[in-house]
Amino acid sequence: MIKKWVQRFYLFLIILFLYAPIGTLIVLSFNNSRTSVKWGGFSLKWYQQLFESKTILAALGNTLLLALLSAIFATILGTLAAIAIYHMKKRRQSICMSIVNIPMLNAEIVTGIAFMLLFISVGNLLSIFGIHFEMGFGTVLIGHITFNLPYVVLSVMPKLKQLNLSMYEAALDLGAGEGQAFFRIVLPDIMPGVLSGFLLSFTMSLDDFVITHFVKGLGADTLSTLIYSELRKGIKPEMYALSTIMFLAVFVVLMLVNLSPQKHIKEEQYR
Amino acid sequence: MSNRLIDLQHITKIYDGHKVLDDLNLYFNENKFLTLLGPSGCGKTTTLRILGGFETPDEGRVIFNGEDITNLPPNKRTLNTVFQKYALFTHMNIAENIAFGLKISGKSKAYIDDKIKYALKLVNLDGYEKRMPDSLSGGQQQRIAIARAIVNEPKVLLLDEPLGALDLKLRQEMQYELIRMKNELGITFIYVTHDQEEALTMSDTIVVMNQGYIQQIGSPEDIYNEPTNAFVADFIGDSNIFPGTMVEDKVVKIFDTIFPCVDTGFGHNKPVDVVIRPEDVELGKPGKGTVDGVVSHQIFKGVHYEMEVTACGQEWLVQSTKMHPVGEHVSIFVDPFNIQIMNKPESEDEEAVVLDV
Amino acid sequence: MYKKSLSYPYLVWAAAFIIIPLLFIVYYGLTDRSGAFTLENLMAITTAEHSKALFLSLLLSLVSTAICLLLAYPLALILSNSKLGRSGFIIFLFILPMWMNFLLRTLAWVVLLDTNGVLDTLFKTLGLPRFKIINTPAAIVFGMVYDFLPFMILPIYNVISKIDINVINAARDLGANSFQTLYKVIFPLSLPGVISGITMVFVPSLTTFVISTLLGGGKILLIGNVIEQEFMKGTSWHVGSGLSLVLMLFIIISMVLSSKYDNGEGNVL
Repeated sequence: MIKKWVQRFYLFLIILFLYAPIGTLIVLSFNNSRTSVKWGGFSLKWYQQLFESKTILAALGNTLLLALLSAIFATILGTLAAIAIYHMKKRRQSICMSIVNIPMLNAEIVTGIAFMLLFISVGNLLSIFGIHFEMGFGTVLIGHITFNLPYVVLSVMPKLKQLNLSMYEAALDLGAGEGQAFFRIVLPDIMPGVLSGFLLSFTMSLDDFVITHFVKGLGADTLSTLIYSELRKGIKPEMYALSTIMFLAVFVVLMLVNLSPQKHIKEEQYR
Repeated sequence: MSNRLIDLQHITKIYDGHKVLDDLNLYFNENKFLTLLGPSGCGKTTTLRILGGFETPDEGRVIFNGEDITNLPPNKRTLNTVFQKYALFTHMNIAENIAFGLKISGKSKAYIDDKIKYALKLVNLDGYEKRMPDSLSGGQQQRIAIARAIVNEPKVLLLDEPLGALDLKLRQEMQYELIRMKNELGITFIYVTHDQEEALTMSDTIVVMNQGYIQQIGSPEDIYNEPTNAFVADFIGDSNIFPGTMVEDKVVKIFDTIFPCVDTGFGHNKPVDVVIRPEDVELGKPGKGTVDGVVSHQIFKGVHYEMEVTACGQEWLVQSTKMHPVGEHVSIFVDPFNIQIMNKPESEDEEAVVLDV
Repeated sequence: MYKKSLSYPYLVWAAAFIIIPLLFIVYYGLTDRSGAFTLENLMAITTAEHSKALFLSLLLSLVSTAICLLLAYPLALILSNSKLGRSGFIIFLFILPMWMNFLLRTLAWVVLLDTNGVLDTLFKTLGLPRFKIINTPAAIVFGMVYDFLPFMILPIYNVISKIDINVINAARDLGANSFQTLYKVIFPLSLPGVISGITMVFVPSLTTFVISTLLGGGKILLIGNVIEQEFMKGTSWHVGSGLSLVLMLFIIISMVLSSKYDNGEGNVL
């Protein structure tokens, strides 16, 4: 069989391919000079400029708020949906699951323009009644919740399938009401799936560009849309600083998730 | 030059610093049904995997038909393995599964088709060629796994606890099937199990293993009736194992009571282990036997009654078709022939012995 | 525990924000400005400009998908095989880029591939011909492969690592060498993962406009760019919708193909 060292080397090459660009950005974020090819000495000035930029900070705030809110809503909605779907009969179940999967399987651009058409049409309709409706934070939130839903459902489902129904029945047998039994027995048991659905939604929302791009209207920039509009004008070194920070943040969060006792959920969720 | 088909010499295997097999020496002759029997972790599966080529021993050699195959990869050995969870190729149908090995060795289509028919007939699954593995029951899958292995005409078939996942009735049926197949094929079966009943039913020879060492090798009757140490006695069948003193030849003292027996050569006043099978304990009216006691427990087991009798301050396990209720006073008698004397082991692991199986 | 009413919130939401928006696209795609039914928008795909964009998109996404597959498959094999791969950390390393912001990752390649960028300068100093890849389709392929490779690695690795080791042992036991085992046993069994990976790379790369904007200098137009411009530059939503419907056809085809191999459990990222 192919020798071990060839295998290791191949692994190394792929890792190099994946991380060299990121590494370059990190290095450049500390570069005193603007160009990407000359090292002008170590400097933190890009980080400083980054934090002084009001637009960037506003976008950051939007991004985090959106991620949090959409994740919360999607988790609640999605968990309920997962439970309902789990109990459905085969045919209804597969229809519902297909609907759940649509945003995931559809190209983002199609989902994005579909939303745009919807919101603008609604806006036009409402203006007939004299109500002013504009795309902005709210529409972006709706968009994010919608594309987060499938991830929540697909995270909670496996946990539901593994659920030991006897535990729930034992609770009923011992006198608990259905609601009590759900909150005290079922929910804790599926919690890893719910949490990983939440985390997944949060991350997907943070990272989203395409859908936000179409439904943000004139205000409500997220980091992604801000970066895109800046990049079209040309690269600013503050971008390198931003990249480094975001990379570190993701790295730290994922490390924590992987090292925590919930590590196995993340891995299960990858399946 | 004896008929040694397989010769394991000084095999040592270490996993994570733990010696799974320590200087194991064992050889097998042709056309027998041999069982490696022992509890989990005793090294029996490791031994089988070394034979199959899926593990390499850290020390020692594996000789097959006079050839050193220690480092030979599994695909070049003329042994075949039946895996515990069948390991059928789920993306192929039954015929393709069975034909796999034959296609690899380049046999002609006519030959292969013949062999498939023969194999399916042998395992009583005629006509299953086009079925998919997933559509078969556990027992059927097991038989296909066997069919897939034997079509390649190996000299030795290795079976790794193949009946573990089947229910009792099916397991018993399969045991008879396996013996029939072995006789029809005329090849050596090396079988690994932790189930002593299985081993007693099917084997020509049993190798009892514990902690990487061989405890005893012999026919089922030998192992059952004349276990050489406490571990074997306890592992095979139910038994009463008592510490005793060998007073002199043919006389043993258990709990200050003299029992005549038939074993010799254990010395004078030496501490020994005594094993008495529960079905050999005869209960009678008080005073009629060697020692008296009281029945403390009784369970109906269908085949017999199982009772515990307190005598000499000890619980004696007794199996009998005659029922004695709890509280009844009885006497215990054992035919001297049924008292088995064993050496006390020097350590928990007995030394491996080179023996001809 | 189950009350039908539990599913209502979700179903309402789904109807409002998944089904209806899609219906809007269908409506706009099949009508003209006056609201009359027309197939003009769908036929718009046949104009020189649009068909060129579609063709280029198909070409680049197929090439990228193929490259991703060729890179990812051996990787998945190596990872499932070695003890190294069993440790979560190495998998973590390969998955981590997936969670990094998509735009920033693409930015990284702009930096590397730019004229007078890192690689260009490197080549210059080494005396090699200039590395003029930026703003060419090749740069876009680089970007696609880089962005989507982890999405190919993950499903394939998941499926391969779940293959019962004894099935592989059985193949070897029956006489197959390593190559035969790979070809006759491992690859067929890994097919669901491969299909999943292909879907997760092909669809996004077919429909992207970000990568082509950033790495193609705005001059190379993929079908995603065309559609985006129809909507954002306010030209014609009807044409844009029509083109989207055509695009969705391709997506549906790939969905149908992949569901044939799906074991029904759904693939989560």
